Amino acid sequence: MEKTASRSAGKSRVKNGNLSPRRRIYEIVMRALLYISSGLTVALLLFIIGTILVDGVPGLSWQFLTTQESVINDTNGILPAIQNTLYVIVVTLIIVLPLGVGAAIYLTEYAGNRRLVAAIEYATETLAGIPSILYALVGMLVFCQMMGLGKTLLAGSLTLVIMTLPTIIRTTQESLKTVPQSYREGALGLGAGRWHMIRTIVLPSSIDGIVTGCILAIGRIVGESAVLMFTAGMSMTMQDFFSSGGLIDSSGATLTVALYVYAKERADFKLAMSVAVVLLCITLCINLAAKLVGKRLKKK
Amino acid sequence: MNESATPVQEGGKKPRSRNLLERPMQAVFTVCGFIAIAFVLLITVYLIISGLPAIREIGLWDFLFGTRWASTHKTDPAYGILPFILTSIYGTAGAILIGVPIGFFTAVYLAKVAPPRVAGVIRTAVDLLAGIPSVVYGLVGMMVLVPAIRETFDLAAGDSLLAAIIVLAVMILPSIISVSETALLAVPREYEEASLALGATELETYFRVSAPAAKSGIAAAVVLGVGRAIGEAMAILMVAGNVANMPSLFSSVRFLTTAIASEMSYASVGSLQRNALYSIGLVLFLFIMCINVVLNLFLKRDKEK
Amino acid sequence: MSNTIIQAKNLNLYYGENHALKNICLDLPEREITALIGPSGCGKSTFLRTINRMNDLIAGVRIEGQLLYRGEDVYAPGQSVTDLRRRVGMVFQKANPFPMSIYDNIAYGPRTHGIRSRAKLDEIVESSLRGAALWDEVYDRLKKSALGLSGGQQQRLCIARALAVKPDVLLMDEATSALDPISTSKIEELAVDLKKDYTIIMVTHNMQQAARVSDKTAFFLLGEMIEFGDTETLFSRPSDKRTEDYITGRFG
Repeated sequence: MEKTASRSAGKSRVKNGNLSPRRRIYEIVMRALLYISSGLTVALLLFIIGTILVDGVPGLSWQFLTTQESVINDTNGILPAIQNTLYVIVVTLIIVLPLGVGAAIYLTEYAGNRRLVAAIEYATETLAGIPSILYALVGMLVFCQMMGLGKTLLAGSLTLVIMTLPTIIRTTQESLKTVPQSYREGALGLGAGRWHMIRTIVLPSSIDGIVTGCILAIGRIVGESAVLMFTAGMSMTMQDFFSSGGLIDSSGATLTVALYVYAKERADFKLAMSVAVVLLCITLCINLAAKLVGKRLKKK
Repeated sequence: MNESATPVQEGGKKPRSRNLLERPMQAVFTVCGFIAIAFVLLITVYLIISGLPAIREIGLWDFLFGTRWASTHKTDPAYGILPFILTSIYGTAGAILIGVPIGFFTAVYLAKVAPPRVAGVIRTAVDLLAGIPSVVYGLVGMMVLVPAIRETFDLAAGDSLLAAIIVLAVMILPSIISVSETALLAVPREYEEASLALGATELETYFRVSAPAAKSGIAAAVVLGVGRAIGEAMAILMVAGNVANMPSLFSSVRFLTTAIASEMSYASVGSLQRNALYSIGLVLFLFIMCINVVLNLFLKRDKEK
Repeated sequence: MSNTIIQAKNLNLYYGENHALKNICLDLPEREITALIGPSGCGKSTFLRTINRMNDLIAGVRIEGQLLYRGEDVYAPGQSVTDLRRRVGMVFQKANPFPMSIYDNIAYGPRTHGIRSRAKLDEIVESSLRGAALWDEVYDRLKKSALGLSGGQQQRLCIARALAVKPDVLLMDEATSALDPISTSKIEELAVDLKKDYTIIMVTHNMQQAARVSDKTAFFLLGEMIEFGDTETLFSRPSDKRTEDYITGRFG
């Protein structure tokens, strides 16, 4: 009876032969729930994307992306919204990056007091958990009214700085933590000052983390609507950022706000769907970019 | 910050200027470090300062437990926000009730059962769901969900609490999935081996050993979902109908968030209406702070293990 | 001469390209303690884990030959793994009680196999804890978390947990290597006591332990089973030079 059989035993191939009926039913039900839930999650995404593409793509055209709307020609264009979105992204990042990276550096490189670090981290988490409608309120009060900026893209960007700060701090902090302690000791041992060590050793090796933070922050900025609606205005006309005071006074709708205005105030759903297509493409690009940077981080 | 790209070798070229920078830079970083705390204080202080006057004028009890909101009524305005509070609570509970089971099972599938390639596809889908702007969710809800509800239940209008619950459930799904998945992945393999060695099947092991072992992480996922749902404004502004009714599944309702959003743009500065909106903001802020405290409790418990 | 309970016939195991067990032939006797010894990486743990098919969990494992448990091929297509694992219990190197109460730890196995009655479970919990010589130390805190026990207690709890499903064979994978000497000797005493009712197969890299506790010993080296026999004989008059080198401490 010497038989030699070769079998491969894989993780998923384990047979559970004669289970009691009760256990067999448990297996079937649980497995079904796993498949149904996961399937549903993917199906939801596909459904949402599908709906948007079907309704939105027909409205897309070169002119739609590169002009502003014109009552005379009866055409629609979202160039102002695209411009405003870019403005908000750039201004927000310019301000939040130094602040966020600086805070992360303070936390990992300077702060000695553990309780202080915990307090700052707790504050960061709290900021991350505050809903955007509250940021909108505070932004309105502080930047639009108190500081007298009015409803401007600048006021919106400043509000978004507070909102995206936790993202930048957290991702930078995480990448700073992965810089081996020996690098720091090496540099300090050679007589370098702390700032010099940070500039030459720590920051260069954590650049990927900072980039990830930027990408995530851009994602949040592009997706944000409540804050901008109440702090940056809802107009859909072209802004001239380079006229005198244009950088400070300009006010207008970003893509998300434009979508809201089209859908809710003008009931022009086709247009709103076309804007949604654009937003979806941006989301896709941001996800891809984040994944690419993430992969590079892992390789290290 | 451009200097961050300077190559390492430039080490000791300018010894003097670099030592001069040490102290100022430390000061700069310290200021940056405290900025998060400063922002939290700023927000707290402003919400309290601007939220209190209206509460004082209306009366705390009438404000919180008044069932009628008629801020623009000419002769008999009323500022009771109980409908908003209840709507927010019901809406969040409903979203959790739908979103958590789906998210939990998806997370178990991702963390334990799915072949790597399938898991990769699902994770990408989850990431994308997380990235879609809330107005887009609102738009799809308006276009698809609202008419579907109207027709299915034979209503005059589909804008309803139900529509908002479904939209919220979808929106909190990604965070529930990814936080639960992380918690499940962190369960030590030894627990699972012990269970398998006792003759439990893999699924029995995942649901009876792995999931209980990851319970504080999963609880954190749920609390995070609660925070997301209670704070969401734009998407439900588009599907919930925005009438200040006491909540019921098929009626048009207003949440705490949408109450602020729907009147803020036309309430005139200094009016009681506007101040009452700030007060709603303060109430919402208190809700969120409570949720944060609970969330941190769970996260801490997870870390200690 | 006692009955053979586990029999390996030309058993080969591969992890991908790595040939981890080479043509193992071994007959293990019932109700005795068999020790598997050898330097680390020799395949003794791998062999132990083929008996209750815990190797199935590793992707890319391939097994050739036969492993019979009471005459049945463990790897036959219709074989129920859950059933096999219920009858062949296992205690791991690192004590791994579930993060639940002591009671729930013990009751986990019986519950999994369909026992719901409270009275029945109480009875099983008590008898298993007594069987693992732990009852007297924990009877007043059964509802407390198992993670509050000392290392040695945790390991005995794991033994009790394995006993609770009424196994036939008990596999011990270096079950004492992480414990202090006092806890170790308690578990050794327990093992000797348990062999009245159970067949015990233990992997150990502590030769004194093998000599003290086991009836039979098998020596593994580089995936091969070099020598198998009565513990006394193997330790006093090894027939293979490599066995002698190992037990006299010349390598490993």
